[in-house]
Amino acid sequence: MASLELKGVRKAFGATPILDDVSLTLEQREFIAFLGPSGSGKSTLLRIIAGLETADAGEVWLEGRRIDTLPPGKRDIAMVFQSYALYPHMSVRENMAFGLRNAKVPKDEIDRRVEDAAQVLEITELLDRKPAEMSGGQRQRVAIGRALVKHPKLFLLDEPLSNLDAALRLRTRVELAQLKQKVDAAVIMVTHDQAEAMTLADRIVVMNDRRIQQVGAPMEIYSRPANTFVAQFVGSPAMTLAVARLEEGGPMATLRLGDGSIVQTQVHRDSVPSGAELRLGLRPEAVRVTTGQATTKAKVELVERLGERTLVYARLPDGQPITAEDTAYSRLVIGVEVALEIDGAAAHVFGPDGVGYHRASA
Amino acid sequence: MTAQRDWRALLFVAPFLALYLLILVFPLLRGLWLSFSQVDLFGAGHFVGFGNYARLLHDPVFGTSLVNTFEVTLMIVPVLTIISLLLALALNRAGKGAAIMRGIFFASAVLSVTIVTLIWRFVLAPDAGLLGEAWKALGWEPLPFLSDVHLALPALAITTIWWSVGFPMLLFLAGLQQIPEDMYEAAALDNSNSWTTFWRITVPALRRTLILVVMLQTAAQLQLFGQSQLLTAGGPSGASRTAVLFLYESAFGRWELGYASAAAEVLFLIILAVTLTQYWATSRSEASRGD
Repeated sequence: MASLELKGVRKAFGATPILDDVSLTLEQREFIAFLGPSGSGKSTLLRIIAGLETADAGEVWLEGRRIDTLPPGKRDIAMVFQSYALYPHMSVRENMAFGLRNAKVPKDEIDRRVEDAAQVLEITELLDRKPAEMSGGQRQRVAIGRALVKHPKLFLLDEPLSNLDAALRLRTRVELAQLKQKVDAAVIMVTHDQAEAMTLADRIVVMNDRRIQQVGAPMEIYSRPANTFVAQFVGSPAMTLAVARLEEGGPMATLRLGDGSIVQTQVHRDSVPSGAELRLGLRPEAVRVTTGQATTKAKVELVERLGERTLVYARLPDGQPITAEDTAYSRLVIGVEVALEIDGAAAHVFGPDGVGYHRASA
Repeated sequence: MTAQRDWRALLFVAPFLALYLLILVFPLLRGLWLSFSQVDLFGAGHFVGFGNYARLLHDPVFGTSLVNTFEVTLMIVPVLTIISLLLALALNRAGKGAAIMRGIFFASAVLSVTIVTLIWRFVLAPDAGLLGEAWKALGWEPLPFLSDVHLALPALAITTIWWSVGFPMLLFLAGLQQIPEDMYEAAALDNSNSWTTFWRITVPALRRTLILVVMLQTAAQLQLFGQSQLLTAGGPSGASRTAVLFLYESAFGRWELGYASAAAEVLFLIILAVTLTQYWATSRSEASRGD
């Protein structure tokens, strides 16, 4: 049985459409990330699932039960808010017990669940504190604990790491991944941070412009982006999209860049629309600075030394930007001309409508 | 900081300081001095020590006026607090309708006490007043609000509540706006019904506003004057004479300025004591809650 099912969900605020016909199915115990920029509708979708917003059309089902007609508290869903939304005048214990008390869970059962969750989250010594007496990281644990004690069928995490500092964020990410192993429920996390989505999620739902752009495992999203939006949004730095034309002949597509250089891809020629202006998609690791056989040349505009590798932002002779990779100890400086070797096997092709075409076997 | 700079800084606060000394500190001390003197409107008067205070202690009219003051304060403050809170809860929403209603309920607060008592005299008058007519329409005998010993203070209370409801309502509205919306969303996901949400989320968040409103209103109503003077003139037979009306009558009716000043000092000390007690009680319970 599927965990969560969204069927044709639509939402508009006044005349502004927010979500357009969104359908999605979650597997049992699956960790899903809604990934997208601000205004992509991902938070609204989460709030519709939680019952904090009402969809204009469509249905929401959870483990075989239709829930979009139920109030938020009756949906078997727990949510961790971005601001944590802890009740300021209640102790940690009361915060965690509040939902269970409202659900008329017996007192000793409440105590047991709160103690258990506190132990898992290592917040036992905080149980009698008030939210104002805790750090951001501690508050977040409490917010997670408040969700955990409810034993929900679905966890919703709204930007769970966004209010933490960088070091704490990394640690919490690891802890969230561990927590995921312990809970017997599906999890949906909303984030605009692709690293969070890539590291935590079983599947990523990339959203933009009111619609789901692609659903897939993290590496599938990365290596086979469905369209130019996904290609550019996932991966850092963003994929180079160079204007190119399809050359005649061959089973695999051969593309000619604006400066005349030729790239032999592993994308089936038949699948690519012919005659139209295409875009060649190149991750930085598919474009290497070389001293040997070069595909093309470019002028260096910016050099970013990341430690284990160096990123080179350059411009092709016809003026198109391209991002390339060099070794850690690159000696490149801004303004010089470099030879670039493009790995055609790792290249992607995008049609005029933005749809992506990838090498035959992943 | 040098003495030179100190002196120049004083220049900047001098205008305020002068006014403050002239119209606040001086009258305060002058009042205190008067309270120890027997003095009328003309002449210097003479020092009588605690004579005025001793007289007050045995003055049944002053005693009754204090009892009346406490009674009317106890009638007004709880009802006023609850009504203004309920209004704030009802009107704490976006939209034109709520905005208009907020304006209407605040409107009475801008009226002067003269207008307010005039309006309520029309409402409360038993023979032709609004309430009287309503009572008659229901087949009941109209209540003589302004001429009954037991109804005069409630009449003052009703008038005062109607007049004063706007400002506490605004304070509560401001308090409600401070409560983050996601608190209510979290409560909704915690399966909290509206009653539980009100008592466990809204009321605790409004605690400080609640304390403020009760303290301000208690201090204000212990000084109730205009309504008593204009609506009932303290009658019938002193049943609605408040402490401030008593000292007004002493000072400007019988020209006993010293005696009236002593009464004012006593009232001042009572208000101070009540307010400090409230403050002490709430800060103590706050400390025990660990807020």
